[in-house]
Amino acid sequence: MLRYVLARLLTFIPTFIGVTIVSFGFIRVLPGDPIIVMAGERGLSEERYQEYVERFGFDQPLWKQFWDYLTGVLQGDLGQSFVTNRNVWDEFFTLFPATLELSLCAIIFSVLVGLPAGVIAAVYRGKFFDRALMSTALVGYSMPIFWWALLLIIVFSGNLGWTPVSGRIGLMYFFDDVTGFMLIDSLISGQEGAFWSAVQHLILPSIVLGTIPLAVIARQTRSAMLEVLSEDYIRTARAKGLRPARVNGLHALRNALIPVITVIGLSVGTLLAGAILTETIFSWPGIGKWMVDSIFRRDYPVVQGGLLLIALMVMIVNLTVDILYGLINPKIRKR
Amino acid sequence: MADASSQIARTVPTRRAGRLREFWKYFSENRGAVIGLYVFAAFAMVAIFADFLAPYDPTTQFRGSELIPPFWQEGGEWAFPLGTDAVGRDMLSRLIHGARFSFFVGIVVVVVAATGGILLGLIAGFAPKWLDTLIMRLMDIILAFPSLLLALVLVAILGPTLLNAMIAIALVLQPHYVRLTRASVINERTKDYVTAARVAGAGYLRTMFVTVLPNCLAPIIVQAALSFSTAILDAAALGFLGMGAQPPTPEWGTMLADAREFVLRAWWVVTFPGLAILVTVLAINLMGDGLRDALDPKLKRS
Repeated sequence: MLRYVLARLLTFIPTFIGVTIVSFGFIRVLPGDPIIVMAGERGLSEERYQEYVERFGFDQPLWKQFWDYLTGVLQGDLGQSFVTNRNVWDEFFTLFPATLELSLCAIIFSVLVGLPAGVIAAVYRGKFFDRALMSTALVGYSMPIFWWALLLIIVFSGNLGWTPVSGRIGLMYFFDDVTGFMLIDSLISGQEGAFWSAVQHLILPSIVLGTIPLAVIARQTRSAMLEVLSEDYIRTARAKGLRPARVNGLHALRNALIPVITVIGLSVGTLLAGAILTETIFSWPGIGKWMVDSIFRRDYPVVQGGLLLIALMVMIVNLTVDILYGLINPKIRKR
Repeated sequence: MADASSQIARTVPTRRAGRLREFWKYFSENRGAVIGLYVFAAFAMVAIFADFLAPYDPTTQFRGSELIPPFWQEGGEWAFPLGTDAVGRDMLSRLIHGARFSFFVGIVVVVVAATGGILLGLIAGFAPKWLDTLIMRLMDIILAFPSLLLALVLVAILGPTLLNAMIAIALVLQPHYVRLTRASVINERTKDYVTAARVAGAGYLRTMFVTVLPNCLAPIIVQAALSFSTAILDAAALGFLGMGAQPPTPEWGTMLADAREFVLRAWWVVTFPGLAILVTVLAINLMGDGLRDALDPKLKRS
């Protein structure tokens, strides 16, 4: 087991360096002088220009620039935003809770709906229920979520007026940022209606972001359940006279969960890509919207830093999933 | 030797026809897949004959006919069956021309990503360990970034055009082909028929492309279908974010971006482009499922 973990960690290091090179290289392969491009129509005075050249280290040889960048990254220094002059690292972690909260709610939604849907489809294999659920899942899987978001806004915000169109909480509520999670902070603040407002703001974005994971989970659960249901021990459990609900829900589902959990773990990348679209549409102040805004503002230090941190996050989660999977399933370790 | 090869030449076509028939038997059992195939064929036809099918030019603006609803709604006109957008362009014509862009994106991305991916995968599968490791680590690096984000940043570097969006999407989709090809190559490489070919004197290139590659194609074909739909979705997403095709191009994602401000006023400018994306992607995914069932014996009838 230790060897498996070590081997997996060893592949992590070159990938980490590669990802750093990509984010380091990004600003340098841009056509034109990046400082001039970033300054845009505002232009720059000669002294300011020199100041930026020094700040980005463009006067140094390339290997030195990379070495400084790498050592900076390892110490949590990703440079400063060109627009706000704030530390990229700090900006990322101020906005990250918003994305985390949204992603967690999306995943909870997709598991709560997808798992039972998959189980039911497997149990009623080939019947009407199965067909209807799996067709719906395929529609969800094919959904352009930016359009789905607009449709939901038309129906629930426009026609019915149930949910707000954008933001994380109503404008009349003010409270301190304790945890960064709006649901928890609004409860702590004790203001009447604040929590409900936060929930209302979360519903549509969570559904939108959870749609594709929901479809994937439902499909994966169904196929994992089908595999397990044909095993001998399920026949034994049935033969013993256990109630079908107990056999399906307990004996089968527990064993079908392993691949399903893996799929959930590995959907972090999908979630973050989805967050870019979801946050942009709902003006959700998280890292997805931050990245898109920074790309449009040509705030390249932010794009560079955000790219690196997001890739690192995906890598760490994937590594954890892989190691956990190796723990549960000895067959994997032998490869 | 000549005798043996002519014999092979005689048996291969019949076997191929037989395989095709078997493939169609399995594929047509899946009703969804057949429907998907028909819808996809219709989509391809619309894309190819867009110039003849569209009633108007997709960029012509009809003054005084802005935001006309579809014909079945009050205020709708038969002249514009699906209504017009905010500057008076015919929705139907724009949607028909949009099919052309999506189809083009799908084809180009799949061809570029699959060609590059298969080549790299074959090399990784046959090459010495160090080269294999190098290629696979490079692919790991690409896969570490969420695909849409990487595509977005690449387009920011290259400049926001549809062509650059296609290049970016092809690049982020390519690692999947590399992994698939390499996995099947490694699986096939040690089999007897490959050893036999080597002993008979086949060179590296012949072994790679003629002996091994045809036997690795099944999962790659399935992946090609799936990435066709991913490419359409991603290109639309990039267009929607303003980093793909630029207005007034009638690309479906770009049309949606234009329509955003009318979300609560004119449902048709928002609904139809998205519906077009959904139906196309759904059809391709249905087809992909059918292909997988028909081509992959391990998953047959599951």
